[in-house]
Amino acid sequence: MPVTTSPRTLFDKIWDDHVVERLEDGTCILYIDRHLVHEVTSPQAFEGLRLSGRRVRRPDATVAVVDHNVPTSDRSKPIEEPQSRLQIETLEKNVAEFGIPYFPLRSASQGIVHVVGPEQGISLPGMTIVCGDSHTSTHGALGSLAFGIGTSEVEHVLATQTILQKPAKNMRVSVEGKVGPGVTAKDIMLAIIGRIGTAGGTGHVIEFAGSAIRDLDMAGRMTLCNMSIEAGARAGLVAPDETTVAYVKGRPFAPKGEAFEQACEYWRSLASDEGAYFDTEVTLAAEEIIPSVTWGTSPQDVLPIDGFVPSPSDVADPARAAQIQRALDYMGLEAGQKIAGTPVDVVFIGSCTNSRLEDLRAAADVVRGRHVAEGVRAMIVPGSGLVKHAAEAEGLDKVFLDAGFEWREAGCSMCLGMNPDRLTPGQRCASTSNRNFEGRQGPDGRTHLCSPAMAAAAAVTGRLCDVRELVKETV
Amino acid sequence: MDKFTELTAIAAPMPTENIDTDQIIPARFLKTIQRTGLGKNAFAAQRYDADGNEKPDFVLNQEPYRHAEILITYDNLGCGSSREHAPWALLDFGIRCVIAPSFADIFFNNCFKNGILPIPLPREICDELMDDARQGSNSRLTVDLERQVIVRPNGETIAFEVDPFRRHMLLEGLDDIGQTMAHDAEISSFEHRPVRAWVPSITIGTVK
Ligand code: SF4
Repeated sequence: MPVTTSPRTLFDKIWDDHVVERLEDGTCILYIDRHLVHEVTSPQAFEGLRLSGRRVRRPDATVAVVDHNVPTSDRSKPIEEPQSRLQIETLEKNVAEFGIPYFPLRSASQGIVHVVGPEQGISLPGMTIVCGDSHTSTHGALGSLAFGIGTSEVEHVLATQTILQKPAKNMRVSVEGKVGPGVTAKDIMLAIIGRIGTAGGTGHVIEFAGSAIRDLDMAGRMTLCNMSIEAGARAGLVAPDETTVAYVKGRPFAPKGEAFEQACEYWRSLASDEGAYFDTEVTLAAEEIIPSVTWGTSPQDVLPIDGFVPSPSDVADPARAAQIQRALDYMGLEAGQKIAGTPVDVVFIGSCTNSRLEDLRAAADVVRGRHVAEGVRAMIVPGSGLVKHAAEAEGLDKVFLDAGFEWREAGCSMCLGMNPDRLTPGQRCASTSNRNFEGRQGPDGRTHLCSPAMAAAAAVTGRLCDVRELVKETV
Repeated sequence: MDKFTELTAIAAPMPTENIDTDQIIPARFLKTIQRTGLGKNAFAAQRYDADGNEKPDFVLNQEPYRHAEILITYDNLGCGSSREHAPWALLDFGIRCVIAPSFADIFFNNCFKNGILPIPLPREICDELMDDARQGSNSRLTVDLERQVIVRPNGETIAFEVDPFRRHMLLEGLDDIGQTMAHDAEISSFEHRPVRAWVPSITIGTVK
């Protein structure tokens, strides 16, 4: 390893410490500390290994989970959908054949891979972490370099425990100041994406910094890093600090004793050096961020909740105007209308963006003493079995059930239309997930992304609304 | 993997920005355990109506674009998911080359890994190629990876850049894994660096 004296960023440091070899053209063989595997993007990779007679190099650095396809209702029955069942059975066969640790469907710890990894201490600061899923960026909240890979790369990592990559550019997004009441990590991230756009981070790894980020708990930092991919970035990360160390300590797979001390020392050395160079810098003022929702079919179509839906005539570029028109038609909205007050049919609180205990607490705070509006289907899908259990221990399940919410088993659920939980055509959903693409939550479904508190507010009022008004009432 | 050397084929115009992976292959078609067979559902939402009939106004339902092997779009092609089903669907449809002013990172890499050549070109040039592609049966382009040029129907050539390593792999039809495995000794010695002593292993019996 060359001794570098010039100041380096958090990303540079993790990168440098994982380069096995730099090839002629600058591509690096990058060592991977943790490989998380799920049922959707792995079958073809294992198929490839078998066909070429290769083995898994580090089963002890690999962990498998089922999440995308699993039903979130009664788990005692067999899975009805034949193709979902096939993917799950294929994963089970593969982990058995290749000797990979696995959280089975009926494990108390099963859940969404990006919730389970940090929760179990499988994902740790300073690591390189990959998974065949773009929201792997979530794990960057720990101060690790975590990114999504495709199935060919899954096969590559299984066989070699490395990936081939060139270093990314560094981007720092600083959010300075204190956010107002009712403003969450989700609103911060929506504001960032609204500012830089869905391609704003292309080619970069984003380091989130600034006092508003430091103030976030780990769940909030995970929400933020989770959606780095929606800003086009390869990964997002937050420097490990005392909040991180406190979170990691005592997790089942975290290092213990002396190894933990050694690790902490290393983690604390990772923060970007004073004067480190960032290719791109963006700064936002926390005070200016208010609770937000998306109106369109791209995560950059963000509006503050007091905002108005744009009109094609607002923009000069005809391609952009056509896109706005198409999004309006798809979403069933009028140009220029107020976004607040739009009635919703479904409320989904879950997904790897917002399904942790802290998210459920925030939603419960809004719901307590209220009831789901008539005609609205509202569902809570905890991110993992452990989150569900912890929430039940606090009585949150009762708050939601009494209010008329469904309280479901852990999984990806309505984040994507791959399991029984999906929107029917034309249904409008306030969702705490991360993608509002056409058909994402079911064919012709309409998605408005927002925070758990905002989704809860939509559930109890039946409309997109400003959660701050509800919270004010109860004060 | 099939080699990619020179391709002369119909180019289909899709003058849209942000064509995401869910448009290329909607999530409900991802429940396969194989790489092939996704082509018939590529762009399903735009290509078929609710009853599964082809929508005649969608470009890939029209002649000669049903046989397109090149796709031309606007910015940020392939944004969204890291799922490789998007390039598999394109490949299975018959697409071997995609041209756009910009691409989403993961999709861009996934294309190379599956034998599809993604070519980023400035918007003005994409506009010209888009015009070429609109010429129906006259919309044939030649993509010559060896020389790194695109030959337009009027004979004009457009040069493009491509990462030399990626180019080499495509030209030879090579697979990344075999290449990396040649560095096994370096990987093994990396694994034993003292700075990594804290990194825990996960034993199979401990995960339940
Ligand atoms: S919750 Fe949604 S975004 Fe997250 S891993 Fe599952 S499907 Fe992907």
